[in-house]
Amino acid sequence: MATKEAIEDLFSWDGTLSSSDFYLAACAFAKKWKIYNPTVPQWLWLPCSKNDWVSSHMVDGYLSMENMFFLSSSEEEHVEGSKTRKEPESSEKEEPFDHATLVQNDFHEVHHYDFHIVYSASYRVPVLYFRAYHNDGQPLMFHEIEKDLPAQSAKILLESKWTFITQEEHPYLNRPWYKLHPCGTK
Amino acid sequence: MTEAKKYVWDGAIPLQIHLHESEVTTLPPPPPALILAPRIGYLPLLVSYIKPHFSSTLPPGVDTIWFEYKGLPLKWYIPTGVLFDLLCAEPERPWNLTVHFRGYPSNILLPCEGEDSVKWSFINSLKEAAYLINGNCKNVMNMSQPDQVELWRSIVNGNLEAYLQVSSKLKLETIEDEYTAKVNSSSMKSRQTTGETDVAGQVKAGRIPVRLYVWTVSEDFDDLDDAPQIDNWDKVSYINRPVEFHKAEGKCFSLNDAVKGLLPEFFPRSSVINEESLRAESQDQQEIPSEDKSSNRSAENGKENSCDHVASCDLSESAEIKLVRIQGIEPKLEIPFTWVVNNLMNPEYFLHICLCVKVPRGSTL
Repeated sequence: MATKEAIEDLFSWDGTLSSSDFYLAACAFAKKWKIYNPTVPQWLWLPCSKNDWVSSHMVDGYLSMENMFFLSSSEEEHVEGSKTRKEPESSEKEEPFDHATLVQNDFHEVHHYDFHIVYSASYRVPVLYFRAYHNDGQPLMFHEIEKDLPAQSAKILLESKWTFITQEEHPYLNRPWYKLHPCGTK
Repeated sequence: MTEAKKYVWDGAIPLQIHLHESEVTTLPPPPPALILAPRIGYLPLLVSYIKPHFSSTLPPGVDTIWFEYKGLPLKWYIPTGVLFDLLCAEPERPWNLTVHFRGYPSNILLPCEGEDSVKWSFINSLKEAAYLINGNCKNVMNMSQPDQVELWRSIVNGNLEAYLQVSSKLKLETIEDEYTAKVNSSSMKSRQTTGETDVAGQVKAGRIPVRLYVWTVSEDFDDLDDAPQIDNWDKVSYINRPVEFHKAEGKCFSLNDAVKGLLPEFFPRSSVINEESLRAESQDQQEIPSEDKSSNRSAENGKENSCDHVASCDLSESAEIKLVRIQGIEPKLEIPFTWVVNNLMNPEYFLHICLCVKVPRGSTL
């Protein structure tokens, strides 16, 4: 991506960085993103608001880009056309079926993605968290997210269901978000 | 195998599990299920015992099982013993929980696909711990399939011997027990570092996997019965930060040092913030490049510093550890941290600490 220097820095290291390095790199990345991608949603540094007293002396917060649109391809939707929700995600089970959403799936439907990049104190690397939802705010089912993934990632996902993308608790928001595991980040 | 470890593995919480009234379709309602839940276990692992008890009364539908205590949905990936220590300030025995088979609160709880979800949550934690301890998770990643199965069975069955046998292959060095090392002669050191490691006496500065659950109170209480109830997960600060452990000559690194080191906001000038890390920090601050971005950054810093400053003035005077609970016991804060880790950690190599801190009014969550 844009921050070539930062990435080179990373490789001359052992691939890990401190939380203050992360903060600096995140700001640099956001700045370059703005230069090269001025028309799409921007990355913002959100200072930690987890709670006043736990925000440490270290630079605490995360990088956030919300409401990135993704136009799902109708062709792909047709391939999987006869959708009978074969992956009953427990999360959705009790919610009323949103038929409007199903109908929309046959057209170019807009998927909204929120991305957060959070520093992991354990792995000392940035970790990507995301969530995805339809126009009406209904969260995307995981099989719908799968179709938005690049082919390579979709393949890895098949091979490693539990160690690539899973739902985890967002470290700051305390709610289930999807997480790309650090080992799967390249 | 230490005696304490045995106690931890044998530890169990008597549960009295009620089916939520909205899911009772028969009269009379089914009696509650009574079950001993292992401390190191996880609630979804109890499902095979609980489900037969209630299955005849459930309304039609698909089962998505979750547990609740006084209205709070319980996070299934937190070990049962930790949930009990955290949510029952005054231990309630039996612990009255409510089970639901319908209406999974997916906005609060991670989805659970039964035992597989729990197993992988465990393995991912183990991986994280291995990374903290060894700097890589190769040994966990490269575990053979039979070993992985064996390891997981040992947790499910609470079989400590089987666990020790498999987990020793992971070569996750436990830290040398400072306390015993000091008491015993130096020739004993190699034996204290447990059989599976051969790091006789050599101790490196390490990072220790810790999961800290903090809840704050502003009112003092003498009786745990009067402690305020945790009725919302947002009231618990979950801190997943390793303890940086530097062995200083002639100084014992205590549980107190470890806990306060994890919460510098509360305990800014505690002895644990050793000069080294302070120096590193001030260097950090000086190294901020003075280019365009720095104005942003120093503004940020300024804000944080001033917040910190105010906070530390307030808090340092009155922040007070009310309760530390690990594996159901309330260890003295002076106890050597190495002992706590080596004896009281959970099988995924994380030490789970429940902590109640009293802070001045206005600083609570």
